Amino acid sequence: MSDTQMADKDVLIDIFTRADLIMQSDIKFRKMIGAGQLQIVYYPVRGQEVVSSAMMAAVNQEDYLVTIYRGLHDQLAKGIPSKDLWAEFAGKMAGTCKGKGGPMHITHPETGVMVTTGIVGSGIPIANGLALASQLEKDGKVTVCCFGDGASNIGAFHEGLNMAQVWKLPVIFLCQNNLYSEHTPMAFATSSDTIKQRGEGLGMRSVRVNGNDASEMYAAAKEAVEYARAGNGPTLIEAMTFRFHGHLLGDTGHYIPEAEMEQALKDDPMPILRQQLLDIQVSEADIAAIEAKNKEIIDEAAQFALDAPYPPGDEYRIDVLDVEIAA
Amino acid sequence: MSDAPKEIMFAQACNMAMAKAMADDPKVILLGEDIADEQGGGVFKVTAGLSAQFGTDRVRSTPISEQAIVGAAVGSALVGYKPVAEIMLMNFITVAMDQIVNHAAKLRFMSGGQTSVPLTIRTTTGAGTGLGGQHSDMLEAWLAHVPGLKVVAASNPADAYGLLYSSIMDPNPVIFIENTPTYFTKGPAPAPDHVVPLGVASVPREGSDISLITYSRGVGACHAVAEKLAGEGISCEVVDLRTIAPFDEETVLKSVAKTKAAVVVHEAVKNFGTGAEISSRIHEELFSELKAPVGRVGSGYAPVPFSPAIEKAWMFSEDDIEREIRKILG
Repeated sequence: MSDTQMADKDVLIDIFTRADLIMQSDIKFRKMIGAGQLQIVYYPVRGQEVVSSAMMAAVNQEDYLVTIYRGLHDQLAKGIPSKDLWAEFAGKMAGTCKGKGGPMHITHPETGVMVTTGIVGSGIPIANGLALASQLEKDGKVTVCCFGDGASNIGAFHEGLNMAQVWKLPVIFLCQNNLYSEHTPMAFATSSDTIKQRGEGLGMRSVRVNGNDASEMYAAAKEAVEYARAGNGPTLIEAMTFRFHGHLLGDTGHYIPEAEMEQALKDDPMPILRQQLLDIQVSEADIAAIEAKNKEIIDEAAQFALDAPYPPGDEYRIDVLDVEIAA
Repeated sequence: MSDAPKEIMFAQACNMAMAKAMADDPKVILLGEDIADEQGGGVFKVTAGLSAQFGTDRVRSTPISEQAIVGAAVGSALVGYKPVAEIMLMNFITVAMDQIVNHAAKLRFMSGGQTSVPLTIRTTTGAGTGLGGQHSDMLEAWLAHVPGLKVVAASNPADAYGLLYSSIMDPNPVIFIENTPTYFTKGPAPAPDHVVPLGVASVPREGSDISLITYSRGVGACHAVAEKLAGEGISCEVVDLRTIAPFDEETVLKSVAKTKAAVVVHEAVKNFGTGAEISSRIHEELFSELKAPVGRVGSGYAPVPFSPAIEKAWMFSEDDIEREIRKILG
């Protein structure tokens, strides 16, 4: 998994810029929720920043994304403006979805984020539909569909991957394997050793990579995107990663063995990527400038989310159907 | 046009509506098990000839994967397609309920109106054919209970044509319920440009003593009972809802305000059925004017039985409707 060539400097800087925005956003969300400034259920993404950032660096803004409730990293990496996203997390009218979706249901078509679902595995069949539209339109777009290792145990995964392969749809199934489905370790509930094997069983091009390594993840992503754009069909990428703060905020992670967590923290992808930038002669000052800029974006977005007004109660009657429903 | 048949079958009407929609709008695509001609044009032949006419890119046979079928319809609808997914039999909808209820119905709302899901799910069902408990259920009440979905059921070929076309062109997700036992029943052929708007009931028979509010196969049964009772001087008005959700309250309430009595009739199990909602709305608006409480006729609170003897006892009937009318009119 480790003989990939180092990605180009510009690419690594791009990935780091996205990943740092995610890391700082995650830290800020946890801090604000902890301080009682935001009352929301939050699914932390610390530890999975590089997987998303490298994947989204390999696609264009107009390519589609379908993701899941643990989706902040995917959404930011795909380019949703922080202010819009933060306001939606806070349930405000200025949010991406006028406060009617919330963190688990983010949509932002301008950046290709078409669906965020709170139902494990169910984004997979929908991603096929987006990719089918691209195939019929011949618009050259690809669809990225993110889910976790746990989703490979639900029926939609098998139905969806089978159909995508039969129809050779331009879709990339990105399984972010953080080794835990909620509180359950992968080995306890998953019959195969890898998720990759399941893709192979369905006849799909399938790869398994260290998702926490920016260059390796980017190379796999780029290859899958090119393969799909060329009309060859889908790829399943099993990207190995880890989540540092439990299933949802407040989860102590008591079910994760101490040694495993210790090792995972040692392998934290963020300091590793930062060091890689220094190694290829990106200056400390340049890196610090990226971090400062991200901090500024996040501070502004967080304040905006706090200050913005809530939607009016009557908003529940709008967007149920194309016409307003009766009170 | 002089060669056009004066009468067509229900299944044919559905086929013609899809052909017209596909010809009118290149974004209309069909998905479903065995629907292309190579696989037989559908188990009931409702899509026969469409793949020959429009190609297998637009008329796609699928794996037996209801979640994946509806999911593909949802996804393509999000970006401008108007997919028509055939779920062969209504009971198979249970397998795709997550896609229908959590996604098709809610994505417009949860996205704050940024996306919409203009899909149609065609599905057929109906008891009386000896298919037993897993191929015959009328499940419209489950779907009508979900905000964001429209539920449509035609009672005759012309309405099927006009309603299916409207369903396909509607900007919202629509469940279009066909009726297997009457697929091959003939009725007057519609004009090619015949369109029936969603949300508008019809009153195929006017009367003054009692309103029979129904849809799908219930319409035929109510007509038969109305005809029989007319001989005794009892005048029944028949209201065909056509769209079950959202139902045409105005037409229903207007009819009952005139007759001051009503029975709601459907094939689905009576308990917790759509009849309960319609009956409640009538009571809420017209309680003090009614001659008697609104009656309900539906099938028994049991799975659809296999043996014809039990199935007949279980199923709503013209006798049940007649008995209910006599009870109400005293």
